[in-house]
Amino acid sequence: MKKRIPSETKNVILTGVGGQGNVMASRVLAGMLVDAGYIVTIGETFGMSQRGGSVMSHLRISPEWVRSPQIPRGGADVIIALEPLEALRVLTVYGNPRIHVLANSRPVYPIGVITGELSYPSNEAITEAFDRLSAAFWMIDATSVGLQLGNPVLSNIVMIGALAKTGLLPFDRRMFEKEIKKTLRADKCAINLKAFDEGADLIK
Amino acid sequence: MTKLLSPAKSNVLFLGNEAIARGALEAGVSVATGYPGTPSSEVIESLAPVARERNLYVEWSVNEKVALEVAAAASFAGLRSMAVMKQNGVNVASDFLLHLTASGTRGGLVLVSCEDPGALSSVNEGESRYFARMLEMPLLEPADFQEAKDLTKWAFELSETIGNVVMLRSVTRMSHASGNVVCGKLPVKTRKAHFEYDGPVMDSSRGPMISTPVVAKHLLHQQKLKIVEALFEKSPFNCYTGPAKPELLIITSSACFLYAEEAVEMLGLQKRVGILKLGTTWPLPQKLLEKHLRKTKKILIVEEVMSFLEENVKVLASGMASRIGVKTFFGKYDATLPAAGELNPDIVAEALGSILKVKRRALPAKYLRDVQKATALIPAREQTFCAGCPHRASFWNIHNAIALDGREGFVCGDIGCYSMAALSPATGYHTMPTLHSMGSGTGLASGFAKLAQFGLTQPILTVCGDSTFYHAVIPALINAQHNRADITFIVLDNAGTAMTGFQPHPGLAVSAMKEAVPAVDIAAICKAVGAKVAISDPFDLEATNKILTNFLADKGSLKVLILRQACALSPEKKGKKTFDVKVNEALCLGDACGCNRLCTRIFRCPALTWDRNKKKAVVDEVICAGCGVCASICPQKAISKMEVTR
Repeated sequence: MKKRIPSETKNVILTGVGGQGNVMASRVLAGMLVDAGYIVTIGETFGMSQRGGSVMSHLRISPEWVRSPQIPRGGADVIIALEPLEALRVLTVYGNPRIHVLANSRPVYPIGVITGELSYPSNEAITEAFDRLSAAFWMIDATSVGLQLGNPVLSNIVMIGALAKTGLLPFDRRMFEKEIKKTLRADKCAINLKAFDEGADLIK
Repeated sequence: MTKLLSPAKSNVLFLGNEAIARGALEAGVSVATGYPGTPSSEVIESLAPVARERNLYVEWSVNEKVALEVAAAASFAGLRSMAVMKQNGVNVASDFLLHLTASGTRGGLVLVSCEDPGALSSVNEGESRYFARMLEMPLLEPADFQEAKDLTKWAFELSETIGNVVMLRSVTRMSHASGNVVCGKLPVKTRKAHFEYDGPVMDSSRGPMISTPVVAKHLLHQQKLKIVEALFEKSPFNCYTGPAKPELLIITSSACFLYAEEAVEMLGLQKRVGILKLGTTWPLPQKLLEKHLRKTKKILIVEEVMSFLEENVKVLASGMASRIGVKTFFGKYDATLPAAGELNPDIVAEALGSILKVKRRALPAKYLRDVQKATALIPAREQTFCAGCPHRASFWNIHNAIALDGREGFVCGDIGCYSMAALSPATGYHTMPTLHSMGSGTGLASGFAKLAQFGLTQPILTVCGDSTFYHAVIPALINAQHNRADITFIVLDNAGTAMTGFQPHPGLAVSAMKEAVPAVDIAAICKAVGAKVAISDPFDLEATNKILTNFLADKGSLKVLILRQACALSPEKKGKKTFDVKVNEALCLGDACGCNRLCTRIFRCPALTWDRNKKKAVVDEVICAGCGVCASICPQKAISKMEVTR
């Protein structure tokens, strides 16, 4: 594959709700990019912050230097969200007119919404906000693909597959396969590759 | 081969904590100890699996003080060792630490404190840099991932050079961030442990390891610190980047260096602002500071959390004033930077902008208006107990027993995931109004229980987790028994140190190095103390409620209820449902029920949601962990649970 090394730092935010596999996705993504020769900085928090709360990983992909583990406000290039509301939350803080958003469409309702104290925005309201606040966005049902493959947590890999297809970041299926083979058993690799492929198919 | 043992010269993506672990391995560490606590846990967690291969002894100690003592023993016997903890762990270890700095050490001994500015996963943002000054101990602060490794390695050498403990301080954004690290060589270790103690009392390399004669040893200790300062003057971990004569000099350390660098770039101030990054922050290298303070009149100090660097630089600058002139300092004292919470590039850029009167390029006005509109749509996402969490069931039981008792009983809280019951009161059904340090719940309960003679009539309850029990609760429990405190003490035993990632604790029959060890039984300890002890499964609401109700009515003695149920995220449970849980739409009466949506409005499980169109409860199969507790709370019996057959 031809290396597409961007001259400037790419700022990527992976977001979702604790337990959706956010940290694993950020590691896989970062691992591929480090192998491709980039200096990658990941900023994230885990521990109690992820118990049912919003989680965020900041990935800074630079051809030459270590960056702050926190992306400045308005400074993200790409948002990958495992949950649509979290995509919107991140977009309103780190968005700018050049940003691209790839979001899973399946909501995870905050407790305040479940109790009835708060309301969750409609799908139309969310897509309208994406439309206004991004250069381009994709909304895909990654959770359903994960469920069909037998485990909803695979939605994070479905998202990575979709991301590969968008061409927003310099990685491909071959690099993904190499990366997951470092840590996963053969049977796990197969199902993850399947999730990756199905994710890619969701991007037209 | 694990990533931590990558060959020399390989370029690896390491978590900050892995970089610290790698640095320790490159220094030839033999003994590594710690107590789990975010953001520190991964240092020990990554060393444990390579213990055999690298001939290490790695342990999760019962608490931080013991962790430091175990590590110090190795140092006294001539080995390199480290103790790892989060910021408040240093408080726990501090009594021993005070005496340790006074006795001195032998093999390189490094105390790693991973701190949590902004309290992202803590109930405090206390910081331990002041311990370095108070206990006269060298302090190192890595500013990126490579430095996290390199400084750790050097910390062991420094400790051996001066014969005293060295503190390495990291923060969440360093420990839990990841970045590229070029690995160094892993040494062949040849040291043999032996404790020599018959040398002269003033010779800490051969004599007894004691802090007396106090004044003479204290002077010796202070002389060592002068050696440290001289080494720091030449340290490559302190460096300046920027113009020869900047308008403004930033002095910074740790992750704040990365924020400062980014802020300067964001505002395009590379030609006007210089950055002095200090990797060695106590004692401060005076000559180096003088050289850089001469460069300009305006100084901005960027640090988290307290104004440690600012105060110390100011003290030195005032002593140098006749040579370097009067400086204007910006930082926390003049409120250029916030006095609490963590920093980020935006906050530093704002500070820079206000000092140098520079504006950051703003987003288009229309975009900002759209952001404002979108922001109004976004509901907060409160932290809560996970689906299937035993704590939800425990607090449901506690709440119901307190309500039934009717005397306004309350729970003194403690540190763990169950702290959420205090942080978000509705999550704990408004039962837990106090939360302090580990073990404090039981100490406070012991105190509240003695207020009957002053008119207090409320029943006193307290909770702690299984790991917390061993860490700090036992003395308070003995205090309660010895002083006849009438309390109901509940152990939320979820079979591991769940919040920090299931590290083993003394109640389990396995050690950090996966060796079989004797399990220390909580019930047996409580019985030996003399308490009435009962054990229940919190998912069994009926049985648990009966015990709690009886305990609250049983006045005048110490009662212990151990609520046993493994964490929903534990490796043995995660992803495996015990029950298939469903709401029977025909039975759920929705708003017409009269229960006022007990299941969704009050119970607050993230998997039990409300279908707004049907106006009935619905289980989200993706989130549900299959604990089945909700089936016991529905007054209509509309929630069914079917055992999952495997």
